[in-house]
Amino acid sequence: MSETPSLLRRLIDAGLFIDTGAPGLYGRSGAFEDVIDRIDAAFVRAAGDDVTEVVRFPPGMNRGVFEKSGYLKSFPQLAGTVHAFCGAHGDHMELLEHLAAGEDWMAKQQPTEVVLTPAACYPLYPVVAARGPLAPEGGLFDLQSYCFRHEPSEDPARMQMFRMHEMVRLGDPDQVLAFRAQWLERGQALVASLELPFSLDLANDPFFGRGGKLMAAGQRAQQLKFELLVPIHSEEHPTACFSFNYHQDHFGLTWDLKTAAGEVAHTACVGIGLERVAIALFNQHGLNAADWPAGVRKALWG
Amino acid sequence: MIERIRKLVAEFAGTNVDVGKLGDDGDLYRAGMTSHASVQLMLGLEEAFDIEFPEDLLTPDTFSSISAIAKALDGLGVGVAS
Repeated sequence: MSETPSLLRRLIDAGLFIDTGAPGLYGRSGAFEDVIDRIDAAFVRAAGDDVTEVVRFPPGMNRGVFEKSGYLKSFPQLAGTVHAFCGAHGDHMELLEHLAAGEDWMAKQQPTEVVLTPAACYPLYPVVAARGPLAPEGGLFDLQSYCFRHEPSEDPARMQMFRMHEMVRLGDPDQVLAFRAQWLERGQALVASLELPFSLDLANDPFFGRGGKLMAAGQRAQQLKFELLVPIHSEEHPTACFSFNYHQDHFGLTWDLKTAAGEVAHTACVGIGLERVAIALFNQHGLNAADWPAGVRKALWG
Repeated sequence: MIERIRKLVAEFAGTNVDVGKLGDDGDLYRAGMTSHASVQLMLGLEEAFDIEFPEDLLTPDTFSSISAIAKALDGLGVGVAS
């Protein structure tokens, strides 16, 4: 008896994913991208009458901003830096010789000023801070970006490069917490409309090392992070498709973000993993989107 | 030991109140210690007392005050003599 092929295998065999040879790095078909676009639009629709400022950054960010953000204190294992050849003619010859011999050719690769964006909202905070104090109503931004996390995996829902659409709220603690509470409702309504099984749970980020255990315990004790989980590869370990994060004054202090009243701004974000929701849909409703239940198709295609 | 802990708290916790004036039971998080600072404090304590906190002690409660830290260290066999 043959084993059921893995979800990754089925996605590739159905032509939805294109294998690149690197785990967690896939091409996407037009049919897959159509679903991504529809989920993306549904996420924006879920924001209702919210007046957001739409901002798009490339998937690489300023290294200085990245360094100051504190990301390396928490997640050094996930970060990806961009390196480039910075040698002279002789070094180039050497590089080609090493390459031809199948040897390590990276000796003259030097870090550039670019780091791969780890989360869509990271480049935003210094840009907002540079504008001066927030308006009395605070700030509300809509961001979407490919993000990178170095965690090669055969789980199609744990990619190294994937898209995250975020809404980011900046303001006083009341404004920011009201935003998060509202999105906890909106996220559940959206996933329910897609007829996906889900649960909501307190969560923590994958902080690095022993210090990370303390960070994670603190994050949970203060209920700073919630995730909306959908079972994809297992019922016991469902996959986070949305996260709802209250950063308290972390970014406010880091970037000197001020409210109109002159207080340190608090921030929160809600993020949707677009590929994860798409994969959850294909897993739940079948590999051909045309055959999905009428209600799901209506929720996405109208 | 309390004074030694207080010195380490002053060095690593990044509180926005003078640690010298903070009581032994004063809440360090409320005094401005961030989660990142609490990790620095944990590592500083480990180095100073040559110990390793077991995983079940890696919680905010353990590092919430000078007396809480003293209690945890006491449980790890770091006595008053040190």
